[in-house]
Amino acid sequence: MGDFTNLTLIEARDALRQGDFSSRQLTQAYLDRITAIDKGIKAYLTVLSDEVLQAADEADRRLQAGEELPLLGVPLAIKDLLTIEGVRTTCASRILENFDPAYTATAVQRLLDAGAIVLGKTNMDEFAMGSSTENSAYQTTHNPWDVERVPGGTSGGSAAAVAARLAPAALGTDTGGSVRQPASFCGVTGLKPTYGRISRYGLIAFGSSLDSVGPIGHTAEDVALLFSLMAGHDPRDATSMDKTVPDMQLTETNSIKGLRVGVPKEYFIKGIQPEVESAVRAAIAELEAQGAEIVEVSLPHTQYAVPVYYIIAPAEASANLARFDGVRYGLRVESDDYIDMFKQTRGQGFGPEVKRRIMLGTYALSAGYYDAYYGQAQKVRRLIQDDFIQAFEQVDVIATPVAPTTAFRIGEHSDDPLEMYLQDIFTLPGSLAGVPGLAFPVGFDENNLPIGMQLIGPHFGEAKLFEAAHVYQQATDWHQQQPQLNISK
Amino acid sequence: MSLTLDEVKHIAHLARLELSAEELELYRQQLSSILDHVAQLDELDTADVEPLTSVLAEQSELRVDEPGQALPLDKLLGNAPDTDRDQFKVPPILD
Repeated sequence: MGDFTNLTLIEARDALRQGDFSSRQLTQAYLDRITAIDKGIKAYLTVLSDEVLQAADEADRRLQAGEELPLLGVPLAIKDLLTIEGVRTTCASRILENFDPAYTATAVQRLLDAGAIVLGKTNMDEFAMGSSTENSAYQTTHNPWDVERVPGGTSGGSAAAVAARLAPAALGTDTGGSVRQPASFCGVTGLKPTYGRISRYGLIAFGSSLDSVGPIGHTAEDVALLFSLMAGHDPRDATSMDKTVPDMQLTETNSIKGLRVGVPKEYFIKGIQPEVESAVRAAIAELEAQGAEIVEVSLPHTQYAVPVYYIIAPAEASANLARFDGVRYGLRVESDDYIDMFKQTRGQGFGPEVKRRIMLGTYALSAGYYDAYYGQAQKVRRLIQDDFIQAFEQVDVIATPVAPTTAFRIGEHSDDPLEMYLQDIFTLPGSLAGVPGLAFPVGFDENNLPIGMQLIGPHFGEAKLFEAAHVYQQATDWHQQQPQLNISK
Repeated sequence: MSLTLDEVKHIAHLARLELSAEELELYRQQLSSILDHVAQLDELDTADVEPLTSVLAEQSELRVDEPGQALPLDKLLGNAPDTDRDQFKVPPILD
């Protein structure tokens, strides 16, 4: 049996259609690899071994009958923040240790309707708060390129699963960089879509003005396929917009001739790892060689994104996470007094970073401080969005690094929350503005750790990001590199 | 800026979080240093800036307000720590 796990999502899908192998064989290959390797990576919180094989057999029957759904029989990994009916969904938190959702997230459902099957649920920072996957209540995921290092976060399990070929593609979620930064750290391709582009029904909420569902894969083509299947209005999510979803035709003939690529000087600052800067600049030069026009732009309020985000996101989190009170679901710590029951339940059920953000958000929204913190943050958020609106009058896309460094060591930033927050400096501005961002690999540093570039587009401008990344990936092979897994069995 | 321990205790009460003495002191220090970082927002003159409350210029579409199918009661109650006759059971709220 050949190693099917080396295929991209679309290659696997096409091979299934041609009958080169069955969905059961493909799925079994991933399950075998998970059994062999995942104890060293810890990408998965739940592996649905029996269920996925049963679904694979069903897909094989449909393939035999000649059905041609876009993902028929293709196994995927799903971040444990997105609900699937009947599948334990924990958000990597003790407070939801045994939560059994009554419904399936729309984004997941649309992929299931397209024929996909689910290998399992992936690890993350608890409630999607963090930048390293170290904040999971269950396990720290290891970066497949160097198991001493973090995979990034919060969708670290999904990114590591794709990089280690424990799934051909995966879903993550991105609130402040949680798809893009782990994609960058793990050398894979990941999209944060426009706010409102993909339904969030069944995404367990953290920051409602920021949260998004994003696909992770090996190629822009794979990510674009998942995106186009998930995007579009959903009556169950009032923030999802009724916008035409581009039918992405990514082939060998795509061209970026004349594409105006903005390079913001505020993203090439002191403190950025020199190899990250040089790899991103080389990638921009490659886009130019492919016919793009490079334009210097300015996003002058970039430096304020971290303080704005760390008021707005915790404020929204403090409200969203009020629902975890030991009444309707999850952990309850018994007490005769109901207020005490809430406090004990939440005090014991939430981990340190979640409590820190609830505290911060509660403070920012409390009487007497609202205007000074939340109100001011909302105003500066507008200035950050205006920066993008003005820049997109001059250019079609903006190219930046994804993160100031490559993957850091496990434990390196875990004692100082502010230091960890500053890791998000290049992904937060786009999140606050609601614009899409696509991260993809553009090189390696001297420790053989992947370096990612981010292409940012205007609202609902995902198509140009995919085209540019696809043209880049036709000309380069960074995205085809695989980690040499050195895991003691 | 430096938060006092009493302020941190008050926030924990508002947030309905039972925190240990160590946690209160740790969060006192960490929140103080995060708020110091946030203070740089005051450098900006925002007197004439409208707060951004929705990132998209367009209004999203509201669905028709019609009764739909509810999620199954047994599945929803099945996640609750304590129930009694199709209801969530909690400690006494009124004496």
